[in-house]
Amino acid sequence: MAVAVLIPTVLRKHTAGKDQVAAQGASVREILRDLETQFRGFTQNLYAEDGDLKPFINIYVNEEDIRFLQDLDTPVQSNDTVTILPAIAGG
Amino acid sequence: MAEDLKCRECGKAYSAQPAAMCEECFGPLEFNVDYSQLAGILTREKIAQRAKNMWRYRELLPITNVPAPGASIGFTPLVVANNLAKHWGVQELYIKNDAVNFPSLSFKDRVVSVAIAKAIDFGFKVVGCASTGNLANAVAAQAAACRLKTCILIPSDLEPAKITGTLIYGANLIAVTGNYDEVNRLCTQIAERYQWGFVNVNLRPYYAEGSKTYGFEILEQLGWKTPQHIIVPMAGGSLITKIQKAVQEFQKLGLIEQSPCRIYGAQAEGCAPIVNMVKQGLDRLRPVKPNTIAKSLAIGNPADGIYAARVMRQSGGTGESATDDEIVAGIRLLATTEGIFTETAGGVMIAAAEKLIRSGKIPPDESIVLSITGNGLKTQDAITGSVKITATIKPTFQDFQRTYEQGGEAWQ
Ligand SMILES: [Zn+2]
Repeated sequence: MAVAVLIPTVLRKHTAGKDQVAAQGASVREILRDLETQFRGFTQNLYAEDGDLKPFINIYVNEEDIRFLQDLDTPVQSNDTVTILPAIAGG
Repeated sequence: MAEDLKCRECGKAYSAQPAAMCEECFGPLEFNVDYSQLAGILTREKIAQRAKNMWRYRELLPITNVPAPGASIGFTPLVVANNLAKHWGVQELYIKNDAVNFPSLSFKDRVVSVAIAKAIDFGFKVVGCASTGNLANAVAAQAAACRLKTCILIPSDLEPAKITGTLIYGANLIAVTGNYDEVNRLCTQIAERYQWGFVNVNLRPYYAEGSKTYGFEILEQLGWKTPQHIIVPMAGGSLITKIQKAVQEFQKLGLIEQSPCRIYGAQAEGCAPIVNMVKQGLDRLRPVKPNTIAKSLAIGNPADGIYAARVMRQSGGTGESATDDEIVAGIRLLATTEGIFTETAGGVMIAAAEKLIRSGKIPPDESIVLSITGNGLKTQDAITGSVKITATIKPTFQDFQRTYEQGGEAWQ
């Protein structure tokens, strides 16, 4: 099952500059695993030492932050969009 | 001064550029220059001779040119708060009052002036931000004065005064039907696509340094001394980290003595991810869905949260939160004791300070600084239900006399 993944600027060096790619998988974790297979090194710096996503990276399934869903185990379906974005602050 | 961005996580150095994230490890970039060569050169006397604005510390800021419209920002009053001190039974209490900062009545004028100076250096023609209100006001005002175009994004349910206080400057204001974290996500996506200067996205490392001047001023106005306790409201968590940085830089330069300064962070109970992290001893911040009248602090996934928590832990401070009722009571307490009308964020900070003092976490005989960062005229909606007119009368003396003499408890 293929879903669309939106790639932020900082990760486009792995995707030959592409800002959107297709990936296979039934969960965010599987999608990331597929991205690593397609683009070696893609996930190299995404994870903290404890295996969790680094706090500086946010991943959304459609519009929702996966930290409010099931984190890396959040399920994805073929018409979903996965968005990877840097975390920024504000006020 | 050489310009230098450095990753807070892996230490990789970058030249001056509009970027906020490390390409290697995705950690946040920080403007980080070792100012130690200024020791003995940037002296108390030299600073004291300069005009009373935030640029008196210009060597410690990442700027080359100050845009003329921003020249009067900063050096707001440090008020000796004797009435409130008496109310709480403490001996030495001060209020750093950025409710009267120029031009848009919040501490955000400081950060925006640095960001806009950099936006001009980098050649941006459009500046923008994602904002909970005060930042929108500050960007709109200063962009207008610098003849820059704007793209400002806010949650659509913001207080009307903060919306009007942005639109009046001719800003392009986009109201987004979502909470701040959703506005923030959208803003990040826009910043990825369009080459604009977003003050809290790609200009963030520079922007954040402007907050240090709030801390520098406290230290100078106290007579080149560190207070023993500082209480700070937290939204994204940036200000509290920069107050600590201000103390450390003044210590390194020999402008103040090394002495302990405990730093406390305040959040609304309906959006307290950083306070929760500190109180529960967590390593990781758990984002929340905000639900509070303190809209300017309603950031559920604060990007600087882990660093803010570290400041509280390292300095010996802690975090404290306040309910909506306590926030309103805090706003009224400050107004009725000290004659200072602050916004909801200030009410959060006052309520948190009261709890820290009453519980004995802050001892009554040590010096305390309260951080007021915004103006109450912008968030009047929060308190209108809790105050009322003493009496409405006909324009006759008899009516007044009767009202006064029979007034009883209505007269405070
Ligand atoms: Zn790094």
